[in-house]
Amino acid sequence: MSSPRIDVSIEHRDAPEPPERKHPNTCPRCDSHYRDDELDAALWVCPHCGHHFPMKARARIASLVDDGAFVEEAADLRSEDPLGFFDLRPYPERLAEAELKTGLGEAMVIGQARIDGTACELSVMDFSFMGGSMGSAVGEKFSRACDSAAERGVPLLSVSASGGARMQEGILALMQLPKTVAAVEDLKDSGGALISVIAHPTTGGVLASFASLGDIVLAEPNALMSFAGPRVVQQTTREKLPDDFGLSESNYRFGHIDRVVPRPELRSCVARLLRLFAKNGD
Amino acid sequence: MATEHELHVRHRLARLRTLKLLGGARLSAEVEKLQRQLERLAEETTDEDIWRSVELARHQDRPYTLDYVERLLDDWFELHGDRGRADDHAIVAGIGRFDGRTVAVVGQQKGRDIKDRIDRNFGSAHPEGYRKAMRVMELANRHDFPLITLVDTPGAYPGVAAEQHGQGGAIARSHALMARLEIPTVACIIGEGGSGGASALALTDRVLMQEHAIYSVISPEGCAAILWRDAGEAKKAAAAFKPDALHCLELGVVDAIVPEPEGGAHNDPDEAGRLLGESVRETLEELEAVPGDELKRRRRARFRSLGVFA
Repeated sequence: MSSPRIDVSIEHRDAPEPPERKHPNTCPRCDSHYRDDELDAALWVCPHCGHHFPMKARARIASLVDDGAFVEEAADLRSEDPLGFFDLRPYPERLAEAELKTGLGEAMVIGQARIDGTACELSVMDFSFMGGSMGSAVGEKFSRACDSAAERGVPLLSVSASGGARMQEGILALMQLPKTVAAVEDLKDSGGALISVIAHPTTGGVLASFASLGDIVLAEPNALMSFAGPRVVQQTTREKLPDDFGLSESNYRFGHIDRVVPRPELRSCVARLLRLFAKNGD
Repeated sequence: MATEHELHVRHRLARLRTLKLLGGARLSAEVEKLQRQLERLAEETTDEDIWRSVELARHQDRPYTLDYVERLLDDWFELHGDRGRADDHAIVAGIGRFDGRTVAVVGQQKGRDIKDRIDRNFGSAHPEGYRKAMRVMELANRHDFPLITLVDTPGAYPGVAAEQHGQGGAIARSHALMARLEIPTVACIIGEGGSGGASALALTDRVLMQEHAIYSVISPEGCAAILWRDAGEAKKAAAAFKPDALHCLELGVVDAIVPEPEGGAHNDPDEAGRLLGESVRETLEELEAVPGDELKRRRRARFRSLGVFA
């Protein structure tokens, strides 16, 4: 029936490919196992081998901002179901489930923040909410973060972790690429800066839009950062993939990012940049 | 039943008329013909018809970008290379005369026979292709040439070299450049509008779409493979995410539908070219009356309004 075609899927996959199902707190690289509070204290970096575990949006924000210096915006924004999408289950059911699982209303949290004394706007994605996929609500939140940063004349710090556009919203999900890019251009026209931090994994539509457009682009070690995921590339081309295919280190070598920053150094690195970009008098 | 259906059709047509006025895109001069087309479409958006659009959009005889260039432009001068690394044949770009003015045209190009298809990489561009597109867009912006883009790609190419050369960043920057242009820009989806590789050429003042083209976030096969875990369920996936022209119009993603000859553009490429040319001509005439910075402002506002949320 269906002829074999080039599969250009750039969409979210379930997980950053675990070879076998391990407990989420077991290090996939060295098999060390930790309690939640141990990992929390270590910024979700394996104290033994340095592997970076995925970090939830709330934990990420806490790790970056000054004590109590985060005021969330657009917290009530929720996805709708414009297509009445139904695959194996209805889309609204998946949304409700994701909200229960993560305690988040969407795959992105935005708000006003202060980092080491410097004011900024913050947008942080959470991969555990439907693979961090970008639908209308994520696109709108990011756009509002751009506007909020522009209005207050502060830089926007974006931390992305996403499998790409959210298929369940069809073409409107794709339209979040031009939408977020237009918002970034408005921010840049206002004199505002965008600092983009790529966390594992950032693929598909998010990489192909705002995440790549930072005045500065940083990435965490070993983060997958590719337009098409390794499986899609493998299936389409039958090429042997390099061991470091699409990883941040490889992207650094090819000139796509400014720096690979280990998580324990991220806060001080970002704080320095924010000070360098801050308008005089702030 | 019949009455209900009729109401549905009327409601849709009424919506289309308002959209048309709001968008300001006057479609074809042959309004009646268009309405007949739209009525037919409105009556026909069953799952079967969505799949028919998928098949027609990919039809091997469907006119491609250069088929339209040949019919619509005089004195076409194709430009080659990204001035950095390569000339990607999956994207064609150039300048020529359209209706007495110089315009720039950029679009994906598929191949006809097997050799040609491989040369064009089945219309799937590498980053070099998007960089070539950007170079020509900048040229157009500098010289005040209106930009016409023709979108026809299954998607940007997913390969090792494409990733190493920065596929994601190239697509992002192509979007960004189009959001900065201060010239009239119009895109038409003429076949497959596949994902970010397609929207990278379609951040324009007006987005047109041929009647049987598709525009989607992912290929039906890709969606089926992920959500149904079976690429064979492509038909089901297409019915679920609705990539057809009428749904795109209803969602405000495209501004107008360009009618095709009976049975699809491949049945009469000359007539398909004439209909496309007419829509592009009217759209450009309308846009040329607006100052460049105002076009840019409205273009960004248009895309920033897309999405459904609560």
